[in-house]
Amino acid sequence: MMQAMTSVPPFETFYAAHRDEIFGYLKRIAGRDAEDAFQETFLRALRAYPELRHGRHLRAWVFTIATRVAIDETRRTRPRGDLPELAVEDGLPPHAELGPLTDDLPPKERAAVVLRYGFDLPYDEIAAALGSSEDAARQAASSGVRRLRERSKQS
Amino acid sequence: VINVSPELDTRFRAAAAAEGLLDVAYDVVESPVGELFVGVSGRGLCVISYEADPDLQVERLARGFGSRVLRSPRPVDPARRQLDEYFAGKRKRFDLVVDLRLARDFGRTVLEELGRVPFGEVTTYGALAAKAGKPKAARAVGTIMNRNPIPIVLPCHRVVGANGSLVGYAGGLERKQTLLRLEGALLA
Repeated sequence: MMQAMTSVPPFETFYAAHRDEIFGYLKRIAGRDAEDAFQETFLRALRAYPELRHGRHLRAWVFTIATRVAIDETRRTRPRGDLPELAVEDGLPPHAELGPLTDDLPPKERAAVVLRYGFDLPYDEIAAALGSSEDAARQAASSGVRRLRERSKQS
Repeated sequence: VINVSPELDTRFRAAAAAEGLLDVAYDVVESPVGELFVGVSGRGLCVISYEADPDLQVERLARGFGSRVLRSPRPVDPARRQLDEYFAGKRKRFDLVVDLRLARDFGRTVLEELGRVPFGEVTTYGALAAKAGKPKAARAVGTIMNRNPIPIVLPCHRVVGANGSLVGYAGGLERKQTLLRLEGALLA
């Protein structure tokens, strides 16, 4: 059983376990590009999959890929502030509100805030997702939150 | 949780196969002998199974062929079409490349010989053993038939006992009878 828990699962199993959550995440941080980002995320995962040596931390791993895809896309394709309003869907938890709220944040801060407060990832995993240190991840999240607070005071 | 739409899911699965990133693409194919789990690797058709539970098959394929196993219908289409034609009585020979990389030595020789047993005919375990070069290995051939990775296309249903009895079939004797009846190799 221990073996089964840590060996790399078949890709189908991995994909089925994470696709909805990753799509939800991308909807929040990539908006209208979420569908392309979703496909790119799992294609990248598929390319890297044979290199995996164990099946631990796969959730953090795929969040990492999704974050990088989303940040790349944001840098490449979109001037900041040009994000569509997200449709409010039934059954979304309150933290889904983070999506539209964080639209204006710089990509890394936005990803840090959503990963921390939307998906409850620990800072070491957020750091991995952002490709930065744990301190930098904490800083990105707190600076993102500070920006949100300032903005809510202004409005 | 926002669910991935079926369209996006389908699009990803097709792209994964189109980019050649899968060790095995599989799908479930409907047939008169029940749902068939059909898998195709980069080298060819590698599995047909009567086992209804895909999870078990997916685990097994990942161990044998590599972890990138994904349900993706497109690569399975040629096999699906030929199986449909076979069951409709419109095809007597499968024109599909098979991937037997997991079969070794005698087992592989036997499966290759098995592929040459023609539609509508039967042979015996002993005769097949002899063709594969080991006339006394009828029992071993029985085991190899029982573990045939690609039944129907590699027609282990055409292998019967020396006395004409059906003996056994991994998918159950009823399926063996159905297939032989379809081919006109079994009366009544």
